[in-house]
Amino acid sequence: MILEVLRFALRGLGANKLRTGLTTLGILIGVAAVITLVAVGNGSSKAIRDSIQRLGANTLTVTKSTTGRGGRFGGGGGGFRSGGAGAGADGQAAGPRTQARDLTMDDAKALVDKVNAPSVKSASPVVNAQQSTVTFGGASTSVGQFVGTTPSYLEAADRRIQSGSSFGDDDVAQGDRVAVIGSSVARDLFAGVNPLGQRFTASGVEFTVVGVLRASGSGSSGFQDADSVVIAPITAVRGTLAPYGGLSQILVEARDSSMVDRAQAEVTDLLDQRHDITGTAAADFQVTSQAGIQSAVADSNRTFTVLLGAVAAISLLVGGIGITNIMLVTVTERTREIGIRKALGAPRGAILGQFVAEATVLSLLGGLLGVVAGVVCSRFTIVGVKPVLVPSSIVLALGVSVAVGLLFGSLPAHRASRLRPIEALRHD
Amino acid sequence: MTATNLGTGPAPGPGTAMPVLDLRDVTKVYGADAAATAVHALRGVTLTVERGDYVAVMGASGSGKSTLMNIIGCLDVPSGGRYRLDGLDVGGLDERRLAILRNRRIGFVFQSFNLIPRMSALANVELPLAYGGVRRDERRRRALAALAEVGLSDRVRHEPNALSGGQQQRVAVARALVTAPTLLLADEPTGALDSSSTADVLAIFDRLSRSGRTLVVITHEEEVAAHAKRVVRLVDGRVADDRRRAPVDAPPPRLGHGPLEGAR
Repeated sequence: MILEVLRFALRGLGANKLRTGLTTLGILIGVAAVITLVAVGNGSSKAIRDSIQRLGANTLTVTKSTTGRGGRFGGGGGGFRSGGAGAGADGQAAGPRTQARDLTMDDAKALVDKVNAPSVKSASPVVNAQQSTVTFGGASTSVGQFVGTTPSYLEAADRRIQSGSSFGDDDVAQGDRVAVIGSSVARDLFAGVNPLGQRFTASGVEFTVVGVLRASGSGSSGFQDADSVVIAPITAVRGTLAPYGGLSQILVEARDSSMVDRAQAEVTDLLDQRHDITGTAAADFQVTSQAGIQSAVADSNRTFTVLLGAVAAISLLVGGIGITNIMLVTVTERTREIGIRKALGAPRGAILGQFVAEATVLSLLGGLLGVVAGVVCSRFTIVGVKPVLVPSSIVLALGVSVAVGLLFGSLPAHRASRLRPIEALRHD
Repeated sequence: MTATNLGTGPAPGPGTAMPVLDLRDVTKVYGADAAATAVHALRGVTLTVERGDYVAVMGASGSGKSTLMNIIGCLDVPSGGRYRLDGLDVGGLDERRLAILRNRRIGFVFQSFNLIPRMSALANVELPLAYGGVRRDERRRRALAALAEVGLSDRVRHEPNALSGGQQQRVAVARALVTAPTLLLADEPTGALDSSSTADVLAIFDRLSRSGRTLVVITHEEEVAAHAKRVVRLVDGRVADDRRRAPVDAPPPRLGHGPLEGAR
């Protein structure tokens, strides 16, 4: 009997193939959208996680804090202010606008301290040049980052030299105008020419290429192109391309990835002392670990994925309403048939079962095809993101689609089963 | 042709005393009983039909014959009075039991055929057996036999829209017979047919009657009523005339006069 009812349902669906196809399409799109969009969200989150990882898992970034204020300054700088910080830097920090002090070269030097900061392997001062267009001969290109720093930066930021060599501490001391360039810059600026030893110009300042970085491969992550970079001695960049004054940041490398937390505490203590931050005063600097960034990015990415999934779920719901709609039409259209079946002795359950089965077959078919479509779509790169399938989203989308069929099909089916045979037979 | 194997179930024996239909003062009122708008479709019909009888119920439109057909066919319940079908009081039955009753005891033939579109003649005839829970091969066998009885063995795979009106009605008759019901109930079975198809269907009814089936035919055509052993006329929801033209156990009066009979 159940088999018979199922056969009637399939025959009903087969009788109107276009309608069946379109209704199935509604569910198909919904399920495929859920699977694909969740995969895209997951994929982009993975890509970002990877590119953060590539920056180096055991580094800390110290930046000047613009929100925290050195409120406890008292006498405009205590005795700890010795150290002979750069005059320019001090000049800025002493300005009336804020009591917060800039990060200085000396801050960076002080962080490499075997006694007070045993977990810190290196600390590289970083300034970012404002000018980012470089020219060579007739060619010019804009670089994503023009970094002035010390040689330890390359190791801390996990930058490997492909050809040539890095600049040395001597170059930093003498302010030599030499530079290490990223693979994108080498390609764009020195097309076909070996860049080593060539001179390029940035804002009228000439730099000699001493090394080319290995491609980091993060160019396709939808993030900033990490290979569009020029790295030069901080002394050469300051005063020419970047103003004197505070550092953009200090990149601190911990001895080991397990020592990152300890290094963070040590760096904070040292800088608290140097910047006279005591007690409850808000610090004028901020120490960020990659782990912190990673978890922040992961959080925002989860939100992103949930939003994408929610949008897709709405389309699944719309598909479900499509099923209800088409089943209502079907029931109305086949009122006479229902009347005949009832007159011939079909019990209410058989009619109910037939229409619920029709709706469920529609949604199950759409769901299965949607899974196929979703899995196929996830094989392609979508807006620069390589989607990564989430198995639970497949199960969920399929389950929801079947539930949608049962739920949204039961209203029309119930209506059909309650029709009175004489009225149904009279229906045209 | 062998008239004795008409129908697919065991033919009811003539000795059964219990009447197939037993209506006692049956009334049917549409709308509230006391309200001025209430329509009294049946005003007290008392009718007994013996096993093997062939009854034509006649009446002008509005006489209540369709209402009577619905009540006899267990598609509707009476407002008052008592109705026994095959000795079973229909009054107290719920929808599920009424459905079972319709499936097992009654075979319907409608004016507009009421075959299910896009299903083959065979599938249409199998339908009541499917709802009756008959096994598949058994169903197939009985449906093919019923279609053979109405002369449509060569049309079993055709869908209704590929059949003529007369053929569709013969499929409908086969469907009504296939469960071997106690009562074959036809509502204006020839109303939508031309004269030759009408003769075909009436000839089939005659043969069914001769083989012992109980038939009740609702009609307004004298030509159809002339085939019945007994003619009941309804006027304004009451039985106005009840005339017997042949004994219950005799063959129907016009048997053998149909063109189908001669053609075979």
